[in-house]
Amino acid sequence: MKYEVIVVGGGHAGCEASHMSAFLGHKTLLITMNKKNIADMPCNPSIGGTAKGVIVRDIDALGGLMGKVADESHFQMKMLNSKKGPAVQSLRCQADKTTYPKNMLKRLEDTKNLTIQEGLVEDLIVEENKIKGIVLANGEKILCDALILTTGTYLKSNILRGAVSTEGGPHGEGRSNHLSDNLKRLGFTIQRLKTGTPPRIKADSIDFSKCSIEEGDQKYYTFSHDDQPKYKIEEQQKCYLIYTNQETHQIILDNLDKSSMYGGYVTGVGPRYCPSIEDKIVRFKDKERHQLFLEPESMYYDEWYLQGFSTSMPEDVQVRMVHSLKGLENAVITKYAYAIEYDAIDPLQLKLSLETKVIENLFTAGQINGTSGYEEAAGQGLMAGINAARKLENQEPFILKRNESYIGVLIDDLVTKGTKEPYRMLTSRAEYRLLLRHDNADLRLRGYAHELGTITNEMYQNYLNRVAKIKELNEFLKTTKLELTEEVKAKFQEQNFNLPPNKMNLQELLKRPEITFAFLDTLLAIPFSEDIKEVVEIAIKYEGYIKKTEKEIEKMLKLEEKQIPTDIDYSKVKNLASEARVKLEKIRPISIGQAARISGVNPADISILAIYLKKEYGKND
Amino acid sequence: MEDTIAAISTSLGVGAISIIRVSGSNAIFIVNQIFKGKDLTKVNSHTIHYGFIMENDEEIDEVLVTVMKAPKTFTTEDIVEINCHGGIATTKKILELLLEKGCRLAEAGEFTKRAFLNGRISLLEAESVSDLIESKSNKQRQMAMSGISGRTTSLVREIRDKLLDVIANIEVNIDYPEYEDAIEITHENLKEKVEPIKKDLELLLKNSEVGKIIKSGIDVALIGRPNVGKSSILNALLNEEKAIVTDISGTTRDAIEAQMTLNGIEINLIDTAGIRDTEDTVEKIGVDKSKKILETADLVILVLNNNEALTTEDKELLEKIKDKTHLIFVNKTDLENKLVLETNDTIVTGNTKDLDGLEALKKKIVEMYHLDEIQEKDLTYLFNVRQIDLVKKALANINQILNDIQKNIPVDMLEIHLREAFDNLGLLIGETYEDELIDKLFKNFCLGK
Repeated sequence: MKYEVIVVGGGHAGCEASHMSAFLGHKTLLITMNKKNIADMPCNPSIGGTAKGVIVRDIDALGGLMGKVADESHFQMKMLNSKKGPAVQSLRCQADKTTYPKNMLKRLEDTKNLTIQEGLVEDLIVEENKIKGIVLANGEKILCDALILTTGTYLKSNILRGAVSTEGGPHGEGRSNHLSDNLKRLGFTIQRLKTGTPPRIKADSIDFSKCSIEEGDQKYYTFSHDDQPKYKIEEQQKCYLIYTNQETHQIILDNLDKSSMYGGYVTGVGPRYCPSIEDKIVRFKDKERHQLFLEPESMYYDEWYLQGFSTSMPEDVQVRMVHSLKGLENAVITKYAYAIEYDAIDPLQLKLSLETKVIENLFTAGQINGTSGYEEAAGQGLMAGINAARKLENQEPFILKRNESYIGVLIDDLVTKGTKEPYRMLTSRAEYRLLLRHDNADLRLRGYAHELGTITNEMYQNYLNRVAKIKELNEFLKTTKLELTEEVKAKFQEQNFNLPPNKMNLQELLKRPEITFAFLDTLLAIPFSEDIKEVVEIAIKYEGYIKKTEKEIEKMLKLEEKQIPTDIDYSKVKNLASEARVKLEKIRPISIGQAARISGVNPADISILAIYLKKEYGKND
Repeated sequence: MEDTIAAISTSLGVGAISIIRVSGSNAIFIVNQIFKGKDLTKVNSHTIHYGFIMENDEEIDEVLVTVMKAPKTFTTEDIVEINCHGGIATTKKILELLLEKGCRLAEAGEFTKRAFLNGRISLLEAESVSDLIESKSNKQRQMAMSGISGRTTSLVREIRDKLLDVIANIEVNIDYPEYEDAIEITHENLKEKVEPIKKDLELLLKNSEVGKIIKSGIDVALIGRPNVGKSSILNALLNEEKAIVTDISGTTRDAIEAQMTLNGIEINLIDTAGIRDTEDTVEKIGVDKSKKILETADLVILVLNNNEALTTEDKELLEKIKDKTHLIFVNKTDLENKLVLETNDTIVTGNTKDLDGLEALKKKIVEMYHLDEIQEKDLTYLFNVRQIDLVKKALANINQILNDIQKNIPVDMLEIHLREAFDNLGLLIGETYEDELIDKLFKNFCLGK
């Protein structure tokens, strides 16, 4: 059997990768251990979140599936940071763990050129450093021109609860025992990472009267640019907030040596930003309580997810910990929390296209690259799918810059800085986040998507319509003047706003910090939809800030343009600090800009490198 | 390997001792060839050795030689310093011998350049070194040294840390909106947090103004109508006939510069041609020049004639200088008082014939610039234009925040200014990379040949 592209692993990265490669016309095989676990959500029952929500929007703008599937699979929607500036707002939905995978599988099954097969991959077929195919555990060989590995946490994974370590992946699935060893043999550096998940609680054992309610937003949102909302605001499900207390803390402190992490049973490195509850107690001794959220996992079974309570304690301690919480005194734990450790490759061995530097036509995406999170995985999967296809078509790789998408930031960080802990996207990682907003994902990316052929004509048309509407609204604002009638004056006075001069145009008026569309709508009819008004208002209100960011981007792009020749011999660059020399040699950045972002390469090294390039290659300006 | 460079690193013919510095991989080997005494290739690092510099069998000079081995040296390369007797001929002779044996004559600033390129010093420090080399007075030297010791750097680093704290807090608020662990940064507490930073930056700038004074002195321009006695005042201050003084008005056609020292600070006195409307082309050039000097001077002294009533031209001059730091000297008090002056400006009166009022004038300048308070020991100053400019930019960023808080701009947007301030200060201490820096390097260090 032979395929053009094989994708190994049916998680969020694998779904996007296989869909995209097939959509781009390449005969694709998605190979998964268990079809039922396609697009599985083994951890939190939500899609999106700060920065992550924007990744989902970006995936959608580029033709990926996650946003569309989330829109048809959730039971609560929330815009995070809605009281802050537009640059940091991000959507999050509570996705149903039953319907999300089902809906994703359906879309994959409906995708032309895509075959789904069950199997466990244990080895790769490589000839002259080029990928040729895969070998399954049963010995079957399948050939391909390009391979995308999205193995998630399944490489030599161990599930840990206290001193008990069980070989295997989430849900009691098997694990790939030999693939990471074989990758090591082929020249990959393998690192051991760790993550964890909290306990699940039986719904009817929770006393919700003791918990405070967290509602969904009272406004409609969608992740996708091409969807209308598929839910009803009033039918959204509630989540709940509870707190740890001194008793919980004492139980944890008394049993610390029994936890896998503190007992020394774990070798993998866990993420700092997503600490286990024992980490939180140990590191923040002075805090009297920690927040925990109770979130339903699905409408089709009665398990609740206890967010913030991830732990690797043995089961008996977990029971005592949970029972110390208000509202959970009689809780029944349906699934105990666990830590999982697994093998990942060193992302420094990747190109910006996500093709490995070690083996040609081999791509990797998702947790195997050291990231954490469904959205991060999906974003990479999409890019790997696009770039595998382009590689087979002899096209230049599609690389998103740091000023174009969170996905660009993510991949650049990974391949430039590497990671020693599971990498999660944060808004603070994006220095140009003012431009990487929820509201303008299509404006940033659909043009590219159209050129790449990753979206349908209909999707492109949706984008063109929006661009036209934005233009129309801008024109409307410029040409519409506000007459200061008695009624209008009264509205201004009511809000305590300064009166504008008579017949000021609406665009000028919107520049005033206090004037919003919400206010203008009370004065006159502005026949445009909310989303169009939002984009336009941001552009007008924050013009100065946006310009400032654009200036910074110009500076950055100037450094990106300073290419470093691929054949550069760093041993000939005198006076580089030895750490810098090692890092540059390993990462082989393509530009001075990328080189400057490598940790351990300081500005003096960059100066020396720039001087060397100027001396040796002369034409570096 | 870099080649080995040599240069005389003390002023030729000035001191009793001259030092010749040699740096590079062959430094010890080369000096050893012309040295009679211990075998320098076998001595420990950072040791001094007595001996003679030889040309064949002839003793050129009796010397002390300091051997410092890489990497703990200024350039991080092997360095040898030859302390010889300070005559021009001897010093030059030794340098010639070194060049014969394979050293290359160092370009200006090349030792510093190597120190910078080898990561031994930051750009700020490199700049300080070049300032040190160019320094004239003791205070200047001290200030340049304090740059090298990283005093300014650590101060700037402290301010950056404060900025980073605020930035980090804002980021936590954004990335973990539902967690109450971090205090929410609001407009109110942001203001509280940036105001001390603003004060720090302002203090640094104020100190740097003092730094500028120490480094470049104070430019004082004497202006006034022709023949009010500007040149005589200058001469009296300097006790020498520098300006041409006659009774014919319009004699001083060029701005004349002279220096004197007040409390160890250089005062650059600039005598301007009288400013008046004139048809004489030569004089007109002088007048235009004077107007320009008026713009750039730190302090303007307007000289008025006690013996004449205030003219329209005087009034125009008073108007011109009103926004500049200035004082008025009413000259010719030995003659009858015809001048009536209604002003709140600082006035010193006197006449050059009896040398009256000149000490009072000097005292006034000392007072105005607090020259008696300048401390030599605590010099956390920045003193070149690039450095001062970066601090000014950072200050502007902070002011923008305070301004935009009024406009109700969201805190996460204001953070852009915080980051920019952070970067500007990073550039200052070389912890941020900027392309212009390279251009600057190429300009200063003549690279890329």
